[in-house]
Amino acid sequence: MALQVSHSPHVRDAATTQSLMRDVIIALLPATFAGWYFFGLRAVLITCLSVLSSIVFEYISRKIMKREQTISDLSAIVTGLLLALNLPPTLPLYMVVIGAFFAIVVVKQFFGGLGNNFINPALGARIFLVIAFPKAMTQWAVRSGAYFTRDALTGADMVSSATPLTLFRSSENLPSISDLFFGNRAGCIGEVCIAALLVGAIYLICRHVIRPVIPFFYLGTFILCVWLFGNTPIYTLFNQDFTTLSAWSNLFYEPCYMLFSGGLILGAFFMATDYVTSPITGKGKMLFGIGCGLFTFLIRYYGNISEGVSFAIIIMNILTPHIDTLTMRRPFGEVKAHEQK
Amino acid sequence: MRSLHAFTGGVHPIGNKNTDVLPSIHLHGFKEVELLLKQHIGPPCTCVVKPGDKVYVGTMIGRAEHPMAVPIHSSVSGTVKEIHYVISANGTPVESVRIESDLREQVDPACCPPLLENKDDFLKMIRDSGLVGLGGAAFPTHIKLNPPADKPPKVLIVNAAECEPYITADYRQICEHPDDIVDGILAVMKYLSIPKTIVGVEDNKPLVTRIFTHELKKHFFKTGTPADIEVKTLKSIYPQGAEKMLIYTLIGKKVPPGKLPLDVGVVVMNVSTLRFIGLYLKEGVPLTRKRVTLDGSALNTPGNFIIPIGAKINDIIEAAGGTSEEPKKIIMGGAMMGVAVDRDDIGIVKPNNAILVFGSKETTLPPESACIRCGRCVASCPMHLMPTGIDQSTRRRDVEGLIKYHVMDCIECGCCTYACPAKRYLTQSIKDGKSLVRKENERIATEKKLLAEKKTEEEGK
Repeated sequence: MALQVSHSPHVRDAATTQSLMRDVIIALLPATFAGWYFFGLRAVLITCLSVLSSIVFEYISRKIMKREQTISDLSAIVTGLLLALNLPPTLPLYMVVIGAFFAIVVVKQFFGGLGNNFINPALGARIFLVIAFPKAMTQWAVRSGAYFTRDALTGADMVSSATPLTLFRSSENLPSISDLFFGNRAGCIGEVCIAALLVGAIYLICRHVIRPVIPFFYLGTFILCVWLFGNTPIYTLFNQDFTTLSAWSNLFYEPCYMLFSGGLILGAFFMATDYVTSPITGKGKMLFGIGCGLFTFLIRYYGNISEGVSFAIIIMNILTPHIDTLTMRRPFGEVKAHEQK
Repeated sequence: MRSLHAFTGGVHPIGNKNTDVLPSIHLHGFKEVELLLKQHIGPPCTCVVKPGDKVYVGTMIGRAEHPMAVPIHSSVSGTVKEIHYVISANGTPVESVRIESDLREQVDPACCPPLLENKDDFLKMIRDSGLVGLGGAAFPTHIKLNPPADKPPKVLIVNAAECEPYITADYRQICEHPDDIVDGILAVMKYLSIPKTIVGVEDNKPLVTRIFTHELKKHFFKTGTPADIEVKTLKSIYPQGAEKMLIYTLIGKKVPPGKLPLDVGVVVMNVSTLRFIGLYLKEGVPLTRKRVTLDGSALNTPGNFIIPIGAKINDIIEAAGGTSEEPKKIIMGGAMMGVAVDRDDIGIVKPNNAILVFGSKETTLPPESACIRCGRCVASCPMHLMPTGIDQSTRRRDVEGLIKYHVMDCIECGCCTYACPAKRYLTQSIKDGKSLVRKENERIATEKKLLAEKKTEEEGK
C-alpha cells in the first residue's frame, strides 16, 4: 500500500489563482458589454485583439524563457481585458498589439511573471501608449450610425467628442449625472458605464475576491479632497437652506461628477485592488487607497494630463514595497517596546 | 446566546463532523500493541521490563526519570515480546515495547483509586497516571498544574472547542461522561485553589451547554455547594481551540510571544484530560485507552472508538469495520495539523485524537504556483504574522528576514496554507524557516562559547 505523505494541513480551500482570475473576468463582463453597446463593433474588435494578443505574448515569452506555461491561470486574459477597457475605441489596432506586448512581456514577464511585476501590467501599458502615441490615445469619440456596418468595424463612424473631464475644465456643455452614471459619454471602452462597473465590483466583494478597503479609502479620500479643495469647497455651501433638494444636490454635484467621469471607478475597484501591486496588510491597503485618492485629486485638479487615475495608481504601485515594510504586522500579543515595563 | 469571536484571522474549513451523533464503541481483541517510550514532550522513559515479562493493563513499563517525562503503562495484559527501536509517526526513531496480548485485559491488581491529601499528592498522582495533555500537544500535565508560587492561576479554561475538521472525540467525551469531567474540573480547582472555571465550546455543538448546565445542577443537588463553572459558546472558526486564541476569546487577555498562559493567570486544559483526571480519581487505572475519531472517505464505518494505546493503525481500521477502498493517505490527528504517516503499522500514542483514512476523493496534492500577493495568508493568520514573507525568506535562506517576520511565533495551525489560492506549502516552509533560525542560534551560541574559552585561555597565559 503506497500512502501519500505531505505536510499538514491536509485540506485546502476551494479558491485557486485560476478561480480568482475567473471571478475578475466575470466581474469585468458587464462593463465590457456596456462598452461594446456604447462604442459598437470597433470596441468588440479591440477587446478581442487585446485579449488574444495578451495570451499569445504570454505563451511565446514563457516558451522562449523555457518556463512552465501559465496561461491556464487566466491572468493574461485579465490583463488583456483590463487593457482593452482602458483604451479609447478609436485606437489603431497595431497600437493595441503593442500595448499588449508591453503589458505582458515588458511589465509582467521581464520581471518574472505573475506575482512579480511591480506595476499593474494593463496600466503600465496604457501609460506607455499615452507617452508613445499621445495623439491617438487622447482622441475621444462617440459612436454614431448603425451597429453592423463596415464603418462600425473600422471606427470610421466615430464622431469626436470631449470627455466629461475636459468639459469640466472648460465648464461647457456638462453632461448630466445620470448620463455619466449609465455611460452615455466619451471615454475609454470600459470606463464609461459606472452602473455596470459597480455591478462587477459588488460581485467581486460578495465573492470575497477583493476586500473593499482600497476602493473605500481611495474614493473616500478623493471625495474629501474634492469637498475641501475642489472648485466649490464645501464650506461655501453651508449657508444654504438644507430643507430644499437643490441644496443637497449642490453639495453632492461636484464629487459625483468627478467620481463618475474618467476612469476612477474602474481604477478604484479593478486596478488599484490588483493583488500583486497593492500592499498585503490591511493597514497598508488603507495607506495605498489614501495615496491613490490624493494623487488622483492632485493630477485631476492641478495637472494637465487626462490619465490622473492611471498615474496615481502607478505611483502607489511603486511605493507598495515601502508601504509593506512600513505596515509590518506585530505578532499577536506582542507589546510595543516603549510600553514594556 | 451570542457566540464569542474575538481573535482576528482564522479560516472556515468544512466541519465534516460526521461522527458527532454516534456513541463511542470500545474496541477489544488487539493481539499486539506497540508502546513507544516517548509519548510526551520531553525526554523518553527508561524501559523497566524485559522480553518474557508478564504485564497487566496499567503495569508501568517505562519509568520517567527526567522531571519532564511521564511514565508509560501497558494497555493490555500479556507478555512483553520485544524491546526495539521503531520509526515514530514524525520520522524519528524511538524505543518501543512490543507486547503480545492474552486478550483477557486483566487490570493490574496494584491499581487502586488514589488517596489524596494535598497538592503534592495530587501532582504525584497526575504524573503516576501517565497523563499528558490529550488535546494533541502532549505537554506533561503535572508540569502544567504546578505553577510557580509567584504566578497563581486565577482561571481554569477548559478547552472543548474542538475546531479541527472531522474530530468529534472531545464532543462525545462530553456527551458520554459529563460527570467525570465535572469531577476532574473540581479536583483541579480544589488542589490548585483556582476560584473560577470557564468551559469554551464552539457553537456547532449546542448540546454541550445543556449537558454541562444539567451536570452542574446535579452536582449542586448532591453537594449543596455551587461550583463556579461557566460554559461559554464560541464562534466556530479554526483555530478557536488554539490556546492563545481561546484565552483571548474567553477572557480578553493576550499571551505575549514566548510566554505561557500562566503569565496571564490562566491554566488551559483539554476536556479529555480533565475527564481522565475524574476517572482516575474513581478507578485508579492509568492512561491506557484513548477515545479516537476514525473518519475519512475510505472507511466503511466512521465513528468514535475507545482504543488501547499502542494498538496499530491497521489493526484499528480492521477492528473498526475495515475500508471500502484502498487508503491513499492516513493521518494521525486532524486534517489541519495531523501528521500523514507513510505506513499503517504504527501504534497510536497518548495525544492521538483522530485517525483519518482518506480515499482518493479527499487526497489531493495540488501543485504550487507563484504567490500572487492576495494577502489571504496574512488575513487568516491568527498570530498576525505574514506567512508569505516568511515563505520567501525561507526559500532565500535569509535568517535575518525570518527573524524580522517573527517566524518563531508561528503556531503551525495551517490556516495560511489552507487559505492560499496559489496552493503554496506555507506551513511546511515556515517550519523549515524555524529550523534555520534554530540552527543559526546554535551556531552563534557555539561561536560565543569558543570565543569565551579562547579569552579565558589567553588570560591564563
